[in-house]
Amino acid sequence: MTDIAANAPGLQARSAPAVSGDRPRDGGRFALVDLSPIAGSASRFGHLAQWRGRALRVGVPLLILLAWQLSSWLGLVAPEVLPPPTAIYAAFVELIVHGDLQEALPVSLTRSLVGLAIGGTAGLLLGLFAGLWRTGEEIFDAPLQMLRTIPFIALVPLFIVWFGIDEFAKIVVITAATIFPMYLNTYAGVRGVDPKLIEAARTFDLSRSQTILHVILPVALPSVLVGLRYAAGVSLLALVVAEQINAHSGLGYILNVANMNQRSDIIIVGILVYAALGITTDLVMRALERLALPWRPNIALD
Amino acid sequence: MPSTDLHILAASGPRDAVELSGVRRVFGERAVLDGIDLTIRRGEFIAVLGPSGTGKTTLLRLLAGLDKADGGRLLVPKTRSVVFQEPRLIPARRVWENVVLGRRGAQARREAAAALEEVGLGAHVDAWPRTLSGGEAQRVALARALVREPGLLLLDEPFAALDALTRIRMHDLVLQLWRRHHPAVVLVTHDVDEAILLADRVLALSNGSWGLDERVEIKSPRDRSDPAFAALRGRLLAELGVRPTIAPLQ
Ligand SMILES: Nc1ncnc2c1ncn2[C@@H]1O[C@H](COP(=O)(O)OP(=O)(O)OP(=O)(O)O)[C@@H](O)[C@H]1O
Ligand SMILES: [Mg+2]
Repeated sequence: MTDIAANAPGLQARSAPAVSGDRPRDGGRFALVDLSPIAGSASRFGHLAQWRGRALRVGVPLLILLAWQLSSWLGLVAPEVLPPPTAIYAAFVELIVHGDLQEALPVSLTRSLVGLAIGGTAGLLLGLFAGLWRTGEEIFDAPLQMLRTIPFIALVPLFIVWFGIDEFAKIVVITAATIFPMYLNTYAGVRGVDPKLIEAARTFDLSRSQTILHVILPVALPSVLVGLRYAAGVSLLALVVAEQINAHSGLGYILNVANMNQRSDIIIVGILVYAALGITTDLVMRALERLALPWRPNIALD
Repeated sequence: MPSTDLHILAASGPRDAVELSGVRRVFGERAVLDGIDLTIRRGEFIAVLGPSGTGKTTLLRLLAGLDKADGGRLLVPKTRSVVFQEPRLIPARRVWENVVLGRRGAQARREAAAALEEVGLGAHVDAWPRTLSGGEAQRVALARALVREPGLLLLDEPFAALDALTRIRMHDLVLQLWRRHHPAVVLVTHDVDEAILLADRVLALSNGSWGLDERVEIKSPRDRSDPAFAALRGRLLAELGVRPTIAPLQ
């Protein structure tokens, strides 16, 4: 890449007389970079890079699948330990044909959504209360900051003692897990609003509730939605944990039964379904953010 | 020290918009404002000059009601608007919603659109603040300040961050809007020319009180090349303690 300048003839012609000889002494400093949108080689290279990126994204997982399948065919891995992709696909079809998956998914999703709704709402309200009122901060912030350091999984045995092993205990686990991301982000969002904006609102005679409604909440919304996205992710994580507690239905039940019958193919299907739920949740949350925050530039940094 | 409330009353003189007497504001040991008297007539345009840190913003914040005085009497109109050095628009609200902040509905939108039309931003009613240039955003702030027809308009170096050409256009705009709405105006600025161009009266703060209070008698439209303009500028600069080191171009 010695002669990048060839793409920008005008600039080259003007900078050339500055030095005699064929190579500018300060070449490094004044070397031209082509930023024009349709400059031949750079753009073709860009296209190429794009296609290479796509090919790698699709190709590498396919190669892994192929190696996986081959190692099974060649007898390198015992199918009871790691069944080949074909066997896993067969197990997936089996679950669908029997209707197990269709029955389990709504049950599990409901658990996670109910927990998220309760925990998310509680976290939101606590965050608003602590963010907007000093009293709220004094009451809630210290205890919540302390509780947040406890991994919620460590609480599961205690919850079983307190709430038993029914549906209720499962919802409590998910609720407990989702409160904190929601609380922390809401609180930080409200506190992060530029005091200059609040002062401006004051000069225009906005009442406190108007200031909250028209200035603080809209400006804090991005942070609240980040909290919701995290909480939704955590609700799935908590679902997996909660469904280890004596599940009679749902994805966890399928996994438990498969575990007892030593069906690693079904266990892997279950894990993949959890993963798919996670990806879907993230996509939905990002779409929601784009819809709710039309004023934000489309540069995602988080 | 007795804390003095801002009295939101029509100032006592029938033609006065602002009456301050003996106003003090103390930070720590230092009295930034030390017994300030000031009367501004209705519709009068005054400019406040003074070196950095002399308390211009402090005075403006007292007049706006954003800060409390430590002593003295302050009478100001009930409706006051502020344009700060930076536009302070709510990024999550469209331009028109910023103008009529706190209100909703078709009537509010019509008023906002009319105010934006006045500052030459009729085409940006529905835009997001992020998409505006610095000068446009400051004009929105001006529209937002004027839409509530204030008795007192407070401007804290509103053009300081703008380029020279935009600033000239903003001067014309402010004069035009002032003639139409006729609020009393307090303009804080560092720019002596700007003060002479716009104001009826130029004051300067020094050491907590007025070091200078001059009426500008030059007829408008004022012109920087007018000898009277240059004479007043020279006098103001001398009183502010600045001696011109570069001979003026002739
Ligand atoms: N909240 C505060 N607490 C302590 N000191 C303050 C406070 N606000 C202002 N001051 C002090 O008061 C003095 C005057 O400040 P002010 O902002 O009014 O100056 P200014 O004339 O507007 O200056 P500039 O031209 O730089 O904007 C400064 O010395 C500043 O440090
Ligand atoms: Mg200031």
